[in-house]
Amino acid sequence: MSDELKGDGAATQPSPGGWSRISRRGLLQALVSVPVLGVFAYNILKKKALDDAKKAAILSELGVTEIGPAVIPSAISRPPGRRIRLGLIGVGGEGESLLRHAGFAHPDWIRDARTALEKDPLDKQLEVYLNQEDLNVVFTGVCDLFDVRAERAVAASRVDVRPRGAPANPPARRFRSYTEMLQSGEVDAVIVATPDHWHARICQDAAAAGIHVYCEKALTRTEEEAHAVYAAVKKSKIVFQLGHQNRQSESHNKAREIIAANILGPITLVEATTNRNSKWGAWVWDIHKDGNPATLDWAQFEEPAAHKVPFSLERFFRWRCWYDYGTGLAGDLLSHEFDGVNQILQLGIPQSCVATGGIYHFTDGRDVPDVFQAAYEYPERKLTFVYSATLANGKDRGLQFMGHDATMNVGGTLSVTADGESTRYKKKLDEGVIDTSQPMFTYRPGFKGIDAVTSATMQYFASRGLLFTYRGGRRMSAYHLMLQEWLDVIRHGGETSCNIDVAFEEAITCHMATRSYLEGRRVTWDPVRRRIV
Amino acid sequence: MTQTATGARHGPYSSFQVTTLVALRMLIGWHFCYEGIAKLLNPYWTSAGYLAGSQWFLKDELIDLAANATAVTVVDVLNEWGLVAIGLGLLLGALARPAAIAGVVLLSLYWIVAPPFAGVTYPMPAEGSYVLVNKVLVELVALLVVVAFPTSDVYGLDRFLARTRTAKPAAHEAAAA
Repeated sequence: MSDELKGDGAATQPSPGGWSRISRRGLLQALVSVPVLGVFAYNILKKKALDDAKKAAILSELGVTEIGPAVIPSAISRPPGRRIRLGLIGVGGEGESLLRHAGFAHPDWIRDARTALEKDPLDKQLEVYLNQEDLNVVFTGVCDLFDVRAERAVAASRVDVRPRGAPANPPARRFRSYTEMLQSGEVDAVIVATPDHWHARICQDAAAAGIHVYCEKALTRTEEEAHAVYAAVKKSKIVFQLGHQNRQSESHNKAREIIAANILGPITLVEATTNRNSKWGAWVWDIHKDGNPATLDWAQFEEPAAHKVPFSLERFFRWRCWYDYGTGLAGDLLSHEFDGVNQILQLGIPQSCVATGGIYHFTDGRDVPDVFQAAYEYPERKLTFVYSATLANGKDRGLQFMGHDATMNVGGTLSVTADGESTRYKKKLDEGVIDTSQPMFTYRPGFKGIDAVTSATMQYFASRGLLFTYRGGRRMSAYHLMLQEWLDVIRHGGETSCNIDVAFEEAITCHMATRSYLEGRRVTWDPVRRRIV
Repeated sequence: MTQTATGARHGPYSSFQVTTLVALRMLIGWHFCYEGIAKLLNPYWTSAGYLAGSQWFLKDELIDLAANATAVTVVDVLNEWGLVAIGLGLLLGALARPAAIAGVVLLSLYWIVAPPFAGVTYPMPAEGSYVLVNKVLVELVALLVVVAFPTSDVYGLDRFLARTRTAKPAAHEAAAA
């Protein structure tokens, strides 16, 4: 067939509108690729049908869907009714963040967020702030022991750049002590974001005064304090919320569905981890240049502390490094991990705990460990929960639920991978429908696109759903949703997702690890006397 | 090939030459078309990560683009349907020349967004090892071959278009006559 491109010679002599004169051979040549298109279409349809059938077979076997969780606690937000007067006690990083998520960002933060956006258009923090719902709260009072921080909160209270164009508020009043604020009659609800050693006293006093409480984790510094707060809140009619943002995470709620559908089979081991590798991550926070005995109330700061020491800027600004004010990794990060696991599995308080660790990297005078492991036993649930952490290595080890039939990995993306020796999936494994080299189920919170999440600590929080989550494909702050839920319940009744019952479980579980580590022994929970022994 | 390879309708090609040229055109068409369809079938696919990972001279503009949800949606739709349209054009030989040129433009954009320069790394994993030349560039040049040696006026639906378009004999037909 030489001179092929000549076509079919005289038979195809052109003429206007000469279609009809194309020879049969010419027609066949022109349509040569049509059969190829047929093969293409057939293969695509076949591939799609096979993929769909495989997916449908797996999903029907699992009994779950890949769409978003059916029920998210605050998915149905009720319109904010009456205006709530909000007080803030403790204006550190967390307090200022909560204030911003309630709709009051400090002007400096807005300026920095604008600069960040100019530098990196993927930076979404300003957009998220401006798009958060107006919670219809007025920020009326603030208490902090450091003048600079108290003034920052007052400045934030007057900010005129507010979510959804809400109007600016009159300035919040600064109180020198939280008791004055509680007695002032100017607040209906308070956010408690102080160091942990102050939580118990403030929560009890607020409950006694009938003022609603949003308390940062960990609930308390000691077991005794946890009992006291629990009793005080139960006795009162206040609405209590503990600040574990994972309660709002879509991934965590989807994970509950996975567990409810018994996809993993019997779970014998849950492994939660924290890895950080920076000074900031190890609580070596900045000491403010204006911090001195004249600008901060040291006596009041250490009033409830176990040991009184001379004025110390290090202790004031880096309080997490000492047991006098907190419980180190147990209260800061094990608390998040446990609450996430408790949310998914409803484990409650473990029967026993063994914890070990040491101060191996940050030998800077701290007395809390920087490497910390805790193993909890749940004989009734036939499983062990292990927490493992180091502050001197940044590898992400994730959060894993290990069952006989499959392993679930919970993070920004949730995935379930079948186990090669699974009984339940044996047939489908043998048929090749399910294979162990890739997840048989993946759930990615509905969002197309990317965000700038840069630092390792930010990535850790983001991967645990502690920074933001998604609602209908829209990125939302998990802090904001937690506050919104709390305010919804105050106005309309119902139950907060991190109420005093789960807060108590969190506190006791963390304190068991602290006790075990400090006392160098295995500790157990006596469910009758409700005491760690 | 006995005649110069430049110009649209120089023949005659040997049957082996014709077969390989038509096969090249159709296979590239197949690849484009499937890339488009695979993206359309994947609800999570987005160009945002690819754009945001850009390292070369258009970096700032592309990151701006990736940050804008509306722009990303437009880029995604254009890319998905563009791939399908170019793929069908090449596969069926329908408007194959504009399709091939559009394909060259699209592939140059892919290459410009993430050129495999020595020492530059990207967040999106590469499926092979490359320096300067990657499969995008090879496919781009292969498409230029398709432009340089057109086949669709005979082996493709363009044969019909060519006939309705002009009363003049096509070059290869004139050569034959």
